[in-house]
Parts: sequence; structure tokens; C-alpha cells
Amino acid sequence: MTAGDAALSVSWRRCGRTRGILIGCAVLLLIAFVASLAIGPVVIAPEKVISILWDGLFGIRGTSSIDLRDAIIVLDIRLPRTVLAAIVGAALAVAGAILQGVFRNPLADPGLVGISPGAALAAVAWIVFGGFAASYVPRVLLNHALPVAAFFGSLVAIFLLHRLATYEGRTSVANLLFAGIALGALASAGTGLIIFIASDQQLREFTFWTLGSLGGSTWQRVALALPFTSVLLVASFWIARGLDALALGEAEAFHTGVNVERVKRVAIVIVAGGVGAAVAVSGIIGFVGLVVPHLLRLSAGPSHKTLIVGSALLGAALLTASDIFARTVATPAELPIGVVTAFVGAPFFIWLLRRHKRSFG
Amino acid sequence: MKRSFLRIAIYAAFILAVSSVIANAGAWSVKDATGRTVEIADTSRIVTIGGAVTEIVYALGFGDQVVAIDLTSTYPAATKAKPSVGYMRALSPEGVLALAPKIVLAIEGSGPPDAVEVLSRASVPFVIVPEGYDEASVLRKVRFIAQALGVAEKGEATAKQIAEDFAVVSALRAKIASRRSAVFVLAVGNGTPTVAGEHTSAEGIFKLAGVENAIRGMTGYKPATPEATLAAAPQAVVTMLERGHGLGADVMFALPAFSGTPAAKDQRLVSVPSYYLTFGPRTAHAAQKLAALIYPELSLPQLPPRPWTEAEPAATR
Repeated sequence: MTAGDAALSVSWRRCGRTRGILIGCAVLLLIAFVASLAIGPVVIAPEKVISILWDGLFGIRGTSSIDLRDAIIVLDIRLPRTVLAAIVGAALAVAGAILQGVFRNPLADPGLVGISPGAALAAVAWIVFGGFAASYVPRVLLNHALPVAAFFGSLVAIFLLHRLATYEGRTSVANLLFAGIALGALASAGTGLIIFIASDQQLREFTFWTLGSLGGSTWQRVALALPFTSVLLVASFWIARGLDALALGEAEAFHTGVNVERVKRVAIVIVAGGVGAAVAVSGIIGFVGLVVPHLLRLSAGPSHKTLIVGSALLGAALLTASDIFARTVATPAELPIGVVTAFVGAPFFIWLLRRHKRSFG
Repeated sequence: MKRSFLRIAIYAAFILAVSSVIANAGAWSVKDATGRTVEIADTSRIVTIGGAVTEIVYALGFGDQVVAIDLTSTYPAATKAKPSVGYMRALSPEGVLALAPKIVLAIEGSGPPDAVEVLSRASVPFVIVPEGYDEASVLRKVRFIAQALGVAEKGEATAKQIAEDFAVVSALRAKIASRRSAVFVLAVGNGTPTVAGEHTSAEGIFKLAGVENAIRGMTGYKPATPEATLAAAPQAVVTMLERGHGLGADVMFALPAFSGTPAAKDQRLVSVPSYYLTFGPRTAHAAQKLAALIYPELSLPQLPPRPWTEAEPAATR
């Protein structure tokens, strides 16, 4: 057996393993999705859930009040909620994978580069001052004012970030990170200032918002988040090879024929859209973007194509499963989903650190 | 020389002791909500913290002596001219003491604890008024504050009138044959309604108005799972008037949590002013108004206007 054969066999084994991991992630997502439709504070028999879904396909809803209630629960509450959990989970995990690739930093996540703080500032501003603006906003928009504000907050944050870190057409990754931290601190200071004048109720509303929730899931929210997440997923595939090359270093990537500046620009735009939409519909949900890409990088290797597909599947599965906990353990109250993901994510992250203490330096 | 100095010193000490006894002759004391005995001698400059406390102090006729209020005190209208010590849960000890009050009356729950601790140890009498969300608590607050202000009899007379109002409300509850259940929505926020659970002021006013709280098995104000809210099948949704934005019937009943409820079917959305959650002299009137909004088909007894129930924003349906 020659050296070439050995390399080939390793790559084959790697490939088989990768496929296995991706299939595993897909199965996990499927299980989480089905469980999320079947489980909730109101007990509905699985066969009834299936018949409601089947009838719902043809626009049929029950006639008795109990049937009608169960149909609302399955079709108007659980289904959009589950779909949204999957979309948001996929967006956050893929955004994390891309940011870690661009920054070549395993700790990069939307919170670190100032996106989430920007969204939070806009959200708290609406919660506290929205009452004054409410009379000037069309009534149709009012119900979605908080998500829209958060979305624009994250877009403004990343636009400023990009402007600050770009000089003569080149975006410096180091400056991007510093500017992100500075902008994040500034946004947090603004948030603190508004919190200072907020009332108890507004404070409570904002606190719960920052911990994330999928309780407000509707089909409109799905429609808001889906296009941005789709763009994120498709475009991330397009820059995957560029991200692989970037892992070697910017100069090296440039010499392998990768348009480094374009990769960075595309990455920033799609991450802003995806994370902005995710934060808009569900508040700030931590740890998904940090832990999921890590886990995949450890098990399936550093190839960004695998990383992106795997992160989308596993992120969706993780958030869907977390949401089942969030809405059932404290019923009728709802546990903030960010609390669930942090409880799952943080210990796992610590375990990772302990296991790989050498490689993190 | 030396001796005469000592004599003067002894005289001075004696005079001081006597004068302080004389000054304290009119002093009285109360045992406040924390169990502390507070000595009070002077009510010429009062700082009131908490909407209910302010209303009671005005009802007892001490409005002119009030030198400052807090942000939650918005009634009666005369309070608008008074300086504010800020939000009741974010007091600054120096800010309060700078007003040179002779007595500070603060509702239980005022904070932060460190500030309250400092104020309690300051030379100014700092009295913490026991909080509570029922009829007995309102009467207790009135009697307690009257005692702290040294006008126990006036307090008794006021408490008696308020008790009469509560008696009417009790008779009103007896007229409600089948009680409706309602959910109190504090905020809708990001689509997950924050609702009132057990042991809240909202549940307190519900009980007085003969309304069942649809939310059970949860305490305090928390975001509720839409599914559980729907399953609780509230017949009415009650929300705050002042917070208006985004809480109209069209918005509220479009949320999945409420879309399939009996409340949505009957379009029974009631917006109430925030004093409905303040357990003070106007609570009986608030309970009567809430009952009238939830049970518009019943002819419920009216309450007589009182000196402490001047014009106020009306609740809407």
C-alpha cells in the first residue's frame, strides 16, 4: 500500500464518518420536531395530533369546542413554534460557524461582535419609549414593532461595525473584533441608561426579552425569519471554500485565489440578516452559536461545508428540543429559552475546555 | 474657676436633658411592617413612597404637609406639583434626607434594601407600611398610617367609610350568579403575554370584583405559555390602560394565546387604569368598576363618591 492509498483510505473513512454524523444530526432534528408537535402543557394524544395535522392540510378544523381548541394548539401554536425554533436554531448555529471561521476565533459569536447588544438596545428603547411612538405607528405594525426594532438594531450595529473596521476597502479582522467589543459596550451602556429610567414592568419585559422566548411564534414570524435564514444557509455554502482557505491565514487564502475581502463582506451581510431576524423573532438566545459549531468541528472536522450543514441540522434540533423544556417544565409559566440553552450549553462548554485545554492554549 | 466651669457644664447638661424630655412629650410610636418600633414627634414635613401611601396620607388631610412623593404616586392631582424622590424601588438615601423630612412613610417593598437600611438608621423616623392585596390590608394601611401621623381617630373614621364601601362591593359579589374567569395581561412584549398569577395585586382586585383568575399554578407576574393560557379558557382579558401600545382588542385577540378563548369570542377586553392594582382608599371603587365592566349585563350597586375619589381616568371596554 502506497502513501497515496493510505491518504485516500483515510479520506474515505473521514467521508463515511462525516456522512454518518450528518445523518445522525438529521435524525435528531426529526425526533425533536415530532416530539415538539406532540408534547406540550395540554395533553393531546399523538394520533389526534396526526389527524389534526392531516385535516389542517386541507384547511379542516374540528367543530366541537375541544376539537377547535386542540386544532388551535397544534396548528397555530405548536406548529409555527416548532418551525420557528428550527429556523432560529439553524440560523444561530450557522452564524456562529461563519463568525468563528471569519474571525479564526473559536469564541466569536453574535454577542461578542456587538450584534445582540445592538438589537437589545433597540428592543429596550421600544419597550420604554414605544408608548410615545405608538400613536404614530400604523396599528398593523404595532404587534411586530418589537421584532422590527430589534432587527434594525442588529443591522445598524453590524453596519457600523463594518464601517469602523474597513479602511481603504480592506476589512481588518482584528479591528472587526475590537470594534465589535467597543460597539457592544457602547450599546450596553445605552441599554443601561434606558433601564435606569424604565419602570418595573418595562424592566421585567426587557429582562425576559433578553433571555429569549419562542412564545410569540406565529406564521408571520416564520415568514419574517425564513427568507433571511434561507439566504444565510445558501450563501454560507457559497463562501464555505473561502472560509476553509481563510483558516490558513488571510495572505495564504489570498494566494490560493480566494477573494478574501468578498468572503468577509458576504459573511458579515448574511450573518447580520440571519442573526437580526433570529433575535427579532425570539429575543437573545445564547450558546447555540457557540456550542453547536464546536461540537461539529470536533467530531466531523474543520471543513466548512460539513460544518455548515451539520450546524444547521444540530442547531435546529437543539433549539427545538430546548423549547420543549422551556414551555413544559414551569407550566403555566414559561421558562425563558435562553436559560435552557445556557444550562445545556455552559456545562458542555466547560467540559470541552477541560478536555481540550492544551489546544486552546 | 475650675469649679464654676464644672457647675456650668452640669447646668447645661441638665437643661439639655429637660428640654429633650419636653420636646419628646408629644411623641408617639408605631410598630412598622418590619416589627421595628419607630418614634414619631413631628408630621410637618412628610415624604410618602408608594401610590397607596400617598393617597391615604391625602385622604387623612395631610396633603399640605407632604414635601415629596415617589414616581408611583400619581394621585390625587395635587401630587403633580410635589417633587419626586424617584422610583420606589430605586431610592437614594441622600435624596430623601435632603428634603429634610420629619417622617418618611414607605410602602413595604420599597428599595433597594441597602437604601432602606440606611434610611431606617437615619435620625428621621422611617416607617414601613405593611402591603397586602385585599380588603383587610387596605383598612390596616389606613389605620396604620393614621396612627403613624398621630390621628388614630381620624383614621378610624376613614377606615369605617372605606369598610362601608367594601360592604357594598361584597353585596355586589353576591349578585353575581356565575362568575367569569379572566386573565390579567401586564404586557405582550415579544408575543408571549406576561400575565398575573396567584398572590398578585391583579388577583386581589379580581377577587374583590367577583372575577376568577384563569391563571392557576403560577405565582407573580410571569410570561405564560400561550398553550396554557388558551387551555385556561379565560372569559375576559384585562389589561392596563396607560400601557396602551399594542394592546387593542384587534392585536390582543390575534395572538394564538387568546384567539381561541371565550374572551376572544365575546371580544371581552377590559383596559383599566393602574390604580386598580394599588390597594388604597379607592380600591372598593375600582373593584365596583371592574365588576361593572366584566358583568355589563348585571345592574350592580353604585358606590357613593368620597373625598378621596375625585375625577379619574375611566376604564374602557
